Amino acid sequence: MSSRQDRRDRLASRAVQVGFLAALMALWYLGTAYWGVSPLLLPNPVKVWHELADILGSGEYLPDLKVTLGELAIAFAISCTSGITLGYLISRSQYAIRVFEPLLAGVYSVPIILFLPLYVLFFGLGPGSKIAIGTSISFFPIVLNTIAGFGYVDKIYVTAARSMGASDFQMFRHVLLPAALPVILTGLRIGFTVALLSILGSETIASLAGLGHRIVHLAEAMETARMFAYIAFAVAIAATLNTLTSSLERRAKRQ
Amino acid sequence: MSAAGDVAISVRNVSHQFGEPGDTFHVRALADTSLDIARGELLCLIGPSGCGKSTLLNMIGGLLVPTAGTVHVGDKAVRAPLPHEIAFVFQENALFPWCSVIENVKLGMVFQGVPKAEHEPRARRSLEAVGLKDFINHYPAQLSGGMRQRAALARALSLETGILLMDEPFGALDEQTRMILGEDLSVLLSRTEKTIVFVTHSLGEAVFLADRVAVFSARPGTIKEIISVDEPHPRNPSFVTTEKFSQLRNRLYGLLHDEIRKAVEQSAMAGPQS
Repeated sequence: MSSRQDRRDRLASRAVQVGFLAALMALWYLGTAYWGVSPLLLPNPVKVWHELADILGSGEYLPDLKVTLGELAIAFAISCTSGITLGYLISRSQYAIRVFEPLLAGVYSVPIILFLPLYVLFFGLGPGSKIAIGTSISFFPIVLNTIAGFGYVDKIYVTAARSMGASDFQMFRHVLLPAALPVILTGLRIGFTVALLSILGSETIASLAGLGHRIVHLAEAMETARMFAYIAFAVAIAATLNTLTSSLERRAKRQ
Repeated sequence: MSAAGDVAISVRNVSHQFGEPGDTFHVRALADTSLDIARGELLCLIGPSGCGKSTLLNMIGGLLVPTAGTVHVGDKAVRAPLPHEIAFVFQENALFPWCSVIENVKLGMVFQGVPKAEHEPRARRSLEAVGLKDFINHYPAQLSGGMRQRAALARALSLETGILLMDEPFGALDEQTRMILGEDLSVLLSRTEKTIVFVTHSLGEAVFLADRVAVFSARPGTIKEIISVDEPHPRNPSFVTTEKFSQLRNRLYGLLHDEIRKAVEQSAMAGPQS
């Protein structure tokens, strides 16, 4: 009974969400087709759709997508390994937690994107500076959540395992890791989201290739319809990846 | 049962302090305590809060090292946990919440080093013994407090140790659940040959379960007196209504009352921060 009620509630809120998007699209269409909004500022959605079909059909997007995803993969891999390793090491001593946790949390609150000009100076306009920015932004949520995950495992679990004769490795594998995992996974998801965001963003500021770069390039050439098509494409990619990481997180937490 | 059996646990002039003398957090938890626990005996430790009864239990189990004195289990001096000789049941929530009930029991055997083929039958046997055979695939969060403690007991039983240390295992449960668990525990343990040390706050629980009850004085704690409860196991639930039960309970109450007052006054003197 109550599950049917739940499902009806969910359906109703879905309907409102879809309705809202449809109304927005309708406004967009009416504004460009009948109300005389300049196509330079806001292109007709039908035109955008044709551009998108052309981009997808011709495979023109592939080189840019490869650059962006490559930067993301490398940045995320570096911040994962370094963040989890460092976080685990810090979590092993109460003293290290007291010293480093506030320090890292302090640096995390700095808008690291401001270092982009410096990174461009160090690593050039290519993928190097994007990987650097993506890594240094996603490193902090990962390392902080790893410290929180491993550092605050309830003592009773450790004591119980010790009383039953758990070895150091068994303690890690069967007690510390499962206790810490949900918190670490949340850190990984946040890290992934901010890495993608900062890489796309920095591509729009200073770069030679990538989806962000393509979008700015089209804007400067006043090809607004094609730019909108690329934005829609990038949004779709980002939404897919974020949904994927969220569902991976949920699935891992359920176990 | 306790009569003339050989000694399973021998505690000699043990004391324990947290911190050094002069430190602000220096606490003498236990002072110069000696005690012999016979094989197959159930000994209850009872006393005011902070009297060191849990400290003594943890030293017997090797989770704490005494500041002075020695603890022997059989002929082994205890300096660290002895997973093959001693199993623990803690106050609450020592089950791993990420494992189902049966996985919790099996994980204990993994830690202890039991061959894998024995895990399943031993886990099922001990869960059946505590009355949880229909809940083996539940997670701890899906169980009531009483059922969680049954599962923790099953995990300890599956380790098949000679000694079982229980640190206020029913302390967080309501009075009725506690009574039922106590009765079941008495039946269950009368079938095993285990030596059991059981820390409790409850006078009734101590008299109902124990062969002997060791009464602690206020801090720095030590054993003030040991009372024998001469009544065969398993104890009949109607034991609690007998004159003998009331007399023993009243005697415990008399011994404890002054110590509890002292302990309360101590903590009041320690100031508002404690």
